[in-house]
Amino acid sequence: MPEAAMTDSNLPYALRTYSRDALVGALKKMFLIRKFEEGAEESYTRGLIHGTMHLSIGQEASAVGSCMSLTDSDKITSTHRGHGHCVAKNADLGRMFAEFFGKETGYCRGRGGSMHIADVEKGNLGANGIVGGGLPIAVGAALTAKRLGTGDVTICFFGDGANNEGAFHEALNMASVWKLPVVFVCENNKYGMSTSTERSTSVKNIAERAASYSMPGTTVDGNDFSAVAEAVDRAVARARAGEGPSLVENLTYRWRGHSKSDRNRYRTKEEIADWMERDPIKNMAKMLVAHKIVTTEEVTALEEEAENIIRDAIEFAANSPSPKIEEATRFVYTEEVA
Amino acid sequence: MNVMNATEPRELTYSEAIREAMDIALESDPRVVLMGEDIGVYGGAFQVTGDLVHKYGTDRVMDTPISELGGAGVAVGAALTGLRPIFEFQFSDFAALAMEQIVNQAAKLRYMLGGAVSVPLVMRFPAGSGTGAAAQHSQSIEAWLAHVPGLKVVQPSTPEDAKGLLLAALEDPDPVMIFEHKILYKSKGLVPAGHYTTPIGKAAVRREGADVSIVATSIMVHKALAAAETLAQEGIAAEVIDLRTVRPIDRETVLDSVRKTGRLLCVYEGVKTLGIGAEISAMVAESDAFDFLDAPIVRLGGAESPIPYNPELEKAVVPQVPDVLEASRGLVKGRL
Repeated sequence: MPEAAMTDSNLPYALRTYSRDALVGALKKMFLIRKFEEGAEESYTRGLIHGTMHLSIGQEASAVGSCMSLTDSDKITSTHRGHGHCVAKNADLGRMFAEFFGKETGYCRGRGGSMHIADVEKGNLGANGIVGGGLPIAVGAALTAKRLGTGDVTICFFGDGANNEGAFHEALNMASVWKLPVVFVCENNKYGMSTSTERSTSVKNIAERAASYSMPGTTVDGNDFSAVAEAVDRAVARARAGEGPSLVENLTYRWRGHSKSDRNRYRTKEEIADWMERDPIKNMAKMLVAHKIVTTEEVTALEEEAENIIRDAIEFAANSPSPKIEEATRFVYTEEVA
Repeated sequence: MNVMNATEPRELTYSEAIREAMDIALESDPRVVLMGEDIGVYGGAFQVTGDLVHKYGTDRVMDTPISELGGAGVAVGAALTGLRPIFEFQFSDFAALAMEQIVNQAAKLRYMLGGAVSVPLVMRFPAGSGTGAAAQHSQSIEAWLAHVPGLKVVQPSTPEDAKGLLLAALEDPDPVMIFEHKILYKSKGLVPAGHYTTPIGKAAVRREGADVSIVATSIMVHKALAAAETLAQEGIAAEVIDLRTVRPIDRETVLDSVRKTGRLLCVYEGVKTLGIGAEISAMVAESDAFDFLDAPIVRLGGAESPIPYNPELEKAVVPQVPDVLEASRGLVKGRL
């Protein structure tokens, strides 16, 4: 690993752990996620995208911070709010947008759309349209790693809504019983669609659920990149060392509604404004500038660079060919059957 | 016994044949793992896995918690990333708890991801009535899963096919659901030694005849064959087709037979309405074979009812040999 940017033990974890390049790369990814989501929203408004989408604006630190110590062969499973996870796991933005636009050049050749983007070569086993659907699958991926001795770790992203699905409890129990190399990362953005965790969940912090499955559970400020990275890195190291699963809960907030049908009747403008004050990207940039890792000019340049990448990605998607109508049922089976 | 080196076909039970297939797979492919409830030292609720855990250990013959949804999902994730899991549901009825992972994940992942992955998953479902286990341990749900593009669904009726279809399923890159009839587990038949496969998607003509085509699945194949024996004494030559695979259906074997006999009887244990027989009937009605029909198609399927406990009632709600006889006689009565 390259030398850490700073060494003072009083500094935030991220600064004494990652190289300057890694920190700048992380900030850039956070900008890319933000700009991707904004570009997606704008494309929708302009009628370039049909269907719906679930935007993760406001949750960027959780996606990027969680993936800091992963390699391309480590796996992730993602959720319907999964664009950020794709970017964090090094997806190609053009192919992501192409999938969004339903194009043949997209990650799923236009068959999956926003809710199913996967990038298997980079270890991203895919977003999932079913709440809790990815949890047992992540445990299965970890079982493969243990059985074949690959040394890979799987990060399973899920939302607060999934913590009340049976699949969550079954998956955590099996991961613990079999001591599998998986890290469960709960992105608690306070609402499962419109229903708040206070109204839906019997524990105050979802990380408390970990006790039932004899694994460490940690709740962190999910808008603090360094706090997320510290908690998840520790869990990944534990998994890689063969010590079993962990649960990390990132407390965060989605600035936008659940999906395009959301009329925001379940939360106040004040609450949204309050969370927008706690912008994970501004937090990260402020930390890096304060410790002279980057200048404010460099931050602005990173943001502009991200905007340009997204603009190119949208252009690539818009100019890409659509799938052929006669191939609408292709890929149902590996060898086509009638 | 070294499962790889035997040479001559031997008489085995249906469950022994399945166990032999799993033994061969475990021995020859380190990616193969068995998963299920009580399949380890207990040997499986129907003793199908038997003593395999002693030969291969608990890492490869894995008892799962009683977590059908989670267990099925772990198998999906394992298949997605390089293992070859064989997942046993203790009773096919319990698959209702795992439909999310089977239908929304295993079946669709390849398609949703534009062909970027495949899910080489094998699931085994002990199915059917006749054990006195009542409504939640006796269903025939193969038609549910046969309705899902992305899955393949097979129903072996003989020990030879039970082994051959399981080994074929393991070579298949897509999820294959195997419905094993519980009453057949103790049935015996000659089984070739060593590794062989029975093709998925191919029916078998079990008995040739020119008067009526009986298309049957699973245990109903045996009832149809018993009926055909009696019918022969009455001068009625029944052709018995063992469908073997219900998704994808072997269209040509069925249509060829109907073109020859002009009469079609479908016999299956699942609920009659919207079942396998409906699909076979529609397939014939939509094809040129329709022009060869000399009588309306007849379906014998399960009653519109859960499976009852009382043994006489239990028999009454699924087709029996006398039902097949009566239906066949009725079909040929107005022979042209």
